[in-house]
Amino acid sequence: MTRITEGAIDCDIHPGVPGIGALLPYMSDHWRDAFVLRGMDGFDLASYPPGAPIACRPDWRPKSDKGGAGKPGTDFDAFVAQGLDAFGTRLAICNTLYGGQVAVSETMGAAICSAINDWIADRWLARDARLRASIVVPAQAPHLAVEEIERLAGDARFVQILMPAAGEMLYGKSYYWPIFAAAEKYNLPVGLHAGSMFRYAPTSNGWPSHYLHDYVSQSQIFEDQLLSLVSEGTFSRFPSLRIVLIESGVSWLPGFLWRAIKTWRGVRAEVPWVERPPAEIIRDHVRLTVQPFDTPDDPDIVADVIEQIGGDDMLLFATDYPHWQFAGTDALPAGIPPALLRKITIDNPLATYARLKETVA
Amino acid sequence: MSEILDKQAEATTRFRIVDSDIHPSLRSEKDLDPYLSARWRKHIAEYGKLSHRPFSHRNTYPRFMPNTARRDAWPPGGVPPGSDLEFMRAQLLDLYDIEIGILEPLMDSNLVRNLDLSGALCSAINDWQLAAFTSQESRLRASIQIPFEDAAASVAEIEKRVTDPAFAQIQLTARSTEPVGRRRYWPIFEAAEHYGLPIGMHIGGEAGHAPTASGWPSFYIEDHHGLTHSMQCQVTSMILEGVFERFPKLKIICIEGGFAWAPSLAWRLDRNWKIMGGEVPHLTRPPSSYMRSNIWFSTQPMEEPERPEDLRKILGWIGWDRIVFATDYPHWDFDDPRTAFPCRLSEAEKRAIFRDNAMSIYRLG
Repeated sequence: MTRITEGAIDCDIHPGVPGIGALLPYMSDHWRDAFVLRGMDGFDLASYPPGAPIACRPDWRPKSDKGGAGKPGTDFDAFVAQGLDAFGTRLAICNTLYGGQVAVSETMGAAICSAINDWIADRWLARDARLRASIVVPAQAPHLAVEEIERLAGDARFVQILMPAAGEMLYGKSYYWPIFAAAEKYNLPVGLHAGSMFRYAPTSNGWPSHYLHDYVSQSQIFEDQLLSLVSEGTFSRFPSLRIVLIESGVSWLPGFLWRAIKTWRGVRAEVPWVERPPAEIIRDHVRLTVQPFDTPDDPDIVADVIEQIGGDDMLLFATDYPHWQFAGTDALPAGIPPALLRKITIDNPLATYARLKETVA
Repeated sequence: MSEILDKQAEATTRFRIVDSDIHPSLRSEKDLDPYLSARWRKHIAEYGKLSHRPFSHRNTYPRFMPNTARRDAWPPGGVPPGSDLEFMRAQLLDLYDIEIGILEPLMDSNLVRNLDLSGALCSAINDWQLAAFTSQESRLRASIQIPFEDAAASVAEIEKRVTDPAFAQIQLTARSTEPVGRRRYWPIFEAAEHYGLPIGMHIGGEAGHAPTASGWPSFYIEDHHGLTHSMQCQVTSMILEGVFERFPKLKIICIEGGFAWAPSLAWRLDRNWKIMGGEVPHLTRPPSSYMRSNIWFSTQPMEEPERPEDLRKILGWIGWDRIVFATDYPHWDFDDPRTAFPCRLSEAEKRAIFRDNAMSIYRLG
């Protein structure tokens, strides 16, 4: 029987960075010395503690050299077998989550991000033709982010710019315009992946006690970013900009759109440059990966949510490998209308990531 | 059914409306003076009511209407909307045949940084609600204001007020300096459960944290929407911290925080609890089940799905017995009971939402 994910384009898959040591070969002498002499390591994100259940499905957790549990996504052969072969994946976009994207130092952030990008190209993209990657950038310093985008834009295997969902400011702020200008110039969508720089508390009421609360509340930061991008007029200024929400949970979207439309109707005069209902703007410019898909295992509810989302072009297939979102190879929730399956797994990713077409004739 | 609702459908029974969210206002700051000591009046005159925001006398995000009010809610004589009882009777209580209305004062008090001043202001507002409204209008009920950042003082204020049947509930604010499920707030929940008082958690307030995990939005249109996120935070926090395990009879009514998010938040919580429940071993059941046993929602501002019938799915998921009607009078986004619902409701559903649910949740002596 043919797998429904056969030939799919996986828009969110996570190679793991074993540690800063793996990145040192891709750093300048200054930074190599700095990381070694200062004993700096341990830059895994607090948004994904490597041991947390969400960070790695139990049957995907690699063994370390010492026999214990290894870091998620660090074993290349297992990554290929479990993350690609098991699904029949045709292409997969590597989203690396590590250190540089959240460092408070702009220059250290840039050094780690550049090293990650070169490491990905050298150690992953070069070893499997199915792999593509996002350019990780130090959004802490848009001018350095733009330098990094320009450095890599010539390599068509880099198909997206990646930033954490919660940054130093909301992404609609003009501070980020240079990044969006570069995204437009090079036809790269900007992916916002769950995760935070932790410049601010994870909630508007401060710091929760539990990781579970941190993780769940991230659907709200995705909403906040969409409100910011729409309200600041970002999509008018950058009309071809595409934003991809990655690992957002998805099912929050309909209720959010309804309230965004209603609030806009009430106070739109505050933002007169927002000339269309927010839902229209979002359906035109925003895409979402489908893992996780936060509904019960009820096909009717899944179908309802998809109808309410209302845009056949909006959803992108993703396994979120090795994050623990589903069992076996059931990477698509039951209840997706058959007519939409091909769009989600193939057509929408190709339409969203223009650069994929260059390599898939 | 009330004459108001009669106009929508054939009535088989008669019932009147309970309004869970009415905002009374001071005519001027001086209205509180009789209930504040000379010490606090002097303090306020000199230092104001320092809170967590950049302006001395106003909130961070300028609202979209003067006093956040309906344009037509200004009483004759130019006093602020919500401050003239006679006008409130005419424009709300009589017009819509309100059987009972719950007052939810929103004024600088419970998030003032000086906890002693916070306590003094809350107590003064409680006295003022009685004097200016409930003692003169039997259809109105008051909400106990508490300086919730100081749990001991809050419990003392609850105990001072609990014997007065004019108070229907304790009022909390959906923004707090810490997620409200954290243990420092538990004495408040203990008192609420002990005295059988529900807690109305009203959106709003500024507690010093950025409204988003990515900092400060530029516009009211963002902050206004973000208020619903604060409510989601409080619901999530109370569930995950085990508040409802410890206080199983506690009743929380989410006021003006929206409700279309409730199913998806519950699904998201349940889904992640399945794999990370080990972090919260004190929970004995899925997070969504606490939402269904301890949380209620008010309707205003009404959710307006693009396909109106989707509203029925949301309400059905939450439970028709867990929804209470509110107008938010005199604010600009007031919901008129005649037109608020974009979808059809059965007679029984109307009765539950417009009256019976509130009658069973609030302490309405």
